[in-house]
Amino acid sequence: MSAPLLIASASGDELELRPTGSWTVVNAATLEQLSASIAPQLARARSVTVNMSGVRELDMLGAWLIERLSRHLASGGQRAHIVGAAEDYIDLIEELRQVNRRRNPDPTERNSIADRLEMLGRAALAAVLDLSAFLQMLGAICLAAVGVLRRPRSFRLTSLVYQIYRVGWQALPIVVLITFLIGAIIAQQGIFHFRKFGAEAYVVDMVGILVLRELGVLIVAIMVAGRSGSAYTAELGSMKMREEIDALSTMGLDPVDVLILPRVVALIVALPILAFVGAVAALYGGGLVAWFYGRMSPVTFIARLHEAISVTHFEVGIIKAPFMALVIGIVACSEGLRVKGSAESLGKQTTTSVVKSIFLVIVLDGLFAVFFASIGM
Amino acid sequence: MQETDTHLAIHVEDLVVGFGRHIVIDRLSLDVRRGEILGLVGASGGGKSVLMRTVIGLIERNSGKIEVMGSDIGLTPGRRTRDVAAKWGVLFQQGALFSSLTALQNVEFPLRENATLSDELMTEIASAKLEMVGLAPEDGAKFPSELSGGMTKRVALARALALDPAIVFLDEPTSGLDPIAAGDFDTLIKTLQKTLGLTVFMVTHDLASLNTVCDRVAALADGKIVTIGPMSELLRSEHPWVKAYFHGKRSLMLQPKAI
Repeated sequence: MSAPLLIASASGDELELRPTGSWTVVNAATLEQLSASIAPQLARARSVTVNMSGVRELDMLGAWLIERLSRHLASGGQRAHIVGAAEDYIDLIEELRQVNRRRNPDPTERNSIADRLEMLGRAALAAVLDLSAFLQMLGAICLAAVGVLRRPRSFRLTSLVYQIYRVGWQALPIVVLITFLIGAIIAQQGIFHFRKFGAEAYVVDMVGILVLRELGVLIVAIMVAGRSGSAYTAELGSMKMREEIDALSTMGLDPVDVLILPRVVALIVALPILAFVGAVAALYGGGLVAWFYGRMSPVTFIARLHEAISVTHFEVGIIKAPFMALVIGIVACSEGLRVKGSAESLGKQTTTSVVKSIFLVIVLDGLFAVFFASIGM
Repeated sequence: MQETDTHLAIHVEDLVVGFGRHIVIDRLSLDVRRGEILGLVGASGGGKSVLMRTVIGLIERNSGKIEVMGSDIGLTPGRRTRDVAAKWGVLFQQGALFSSLTALQNVEFPLRENATLSDELMTEIASAKLEMVGLAPEDGAKFPSELSGGMTKRVALARALALDPAIVFLDEPTSGLDPIAAGDFDTLIKTLQKTLGLTVFMVTHDLASLNTVCDRVAALADGKIVTIGPMSELLRSEHPWVKAYFHGKRSLMLQPKAI
């Protein structure tokens, strides 16, 4: 492999170019410089001869540079003669004569205000479409559920049990760990700040009410959205990509019955259980911190807890759980079905699913807070 | 083999590849000459793709020697294999285009990573390649998900050729294409091979492409190359599997018609 050179020798109006060495992609940087460096000489010459006899190796890049040179000359009314090329190379040069003749149509000029308006319109439309997709999925799930109630044997019990195992049982360790830590942190912060007022005892009330009413279920729902909702989206999305969902439809099976209903029902079953276990773990964590950090004996803690909270607090928390599960399930499944052919779209849809379901879970929690306040729970 | 090493593009000697205790390729030797189109046939699941993927360093081999363009491919995929990688282009069965890049960017990608070029020249080269494989300039802006099967294969071929490799590996290039598109693709491979002086290593089941484009055909059975030679030679082969392959019902079109 020899270094490429481009020797230019001018005689009067005539310019002779002698490319030598390897005109291949390995030497791309040198070649591009060489071709650029002879531009001033080219401008002066009236006719140019390219003597290719010294070229040892030529590939598409080299051939294209020579073709580009001759096109550049042709556009200025000059002519280039290519001589002395080996037979193999002539074919290649001829082949390249044909290409890149048609210019890509230039992108039309855009009006920035109109663009912004268009974006705004599209975003609004997308929001409406999101809502309609959500309602559509809710409707489809309800319809499937009614169908199952009429013919209970058509329900996919195996699938349901497996999904509950995945989103419930397998999620237990991480849910317990996180809620335990959250309970401990709330208790520690409470004790630390309440101590200033000598009101440490009220930490028990705070931990109890906060965990049972709000935080327990919310944290668990967010974790389930991140852990199981994303898995649903990715699963359904890749099934969509590989035409598995189409295959189901052609067998006369409704993907909602087969895939989505068991998954959503599994979430609805698992999330309240997880929320309950999570609440217990958080209270446990809070109790431990109160014991070791706040010097409050477990007996006192439990006695105070007994006074501070009632079944109502527990109910308020746990009633929300199945609704949150439904929202997570619907968002995860409908985003999964929206995946298109590419890997990128799978990633995008999974992200959207998690972000959207966490957002909706928090909104739902707010609505429930308003609702429970107005009915006095 | 009497041929001198400089005439060999790929030289495989005593190659053994297995997964666990299951030996797929058993002491296989194969030579591919420079500038030829070699077709590789074999039963489904018989190790054709394994052989190809071992040669390009995607699968580790148990033992044996592989030389590509005179340089040894290391036993484990590593630096040396990557250095040789610039000498080959690979067309995967499903195209394996990067789905987040447009067709043009897919072709530019190897150029951008491996060569020093100005953006302008890179785009020119990439669109020239796309045009050589028979795509219109406006197709360059499309994403892989918007391309049809035939177009995907063409873009993948253009990407395989991006660095002007000396060897291209094609894994079932015509599978999933209709006979017209497959025929066009065959012609394209033949033309490119002629103009660019390529060596083509092609795994295929397409009897028509074996017949029309391949200079030599190698038959892989029981983990070994049982027959290698021009198509006419394979048709005369006495090996039971080769006989079944080329003289089965679906291969009758290859036989001279009895009048």
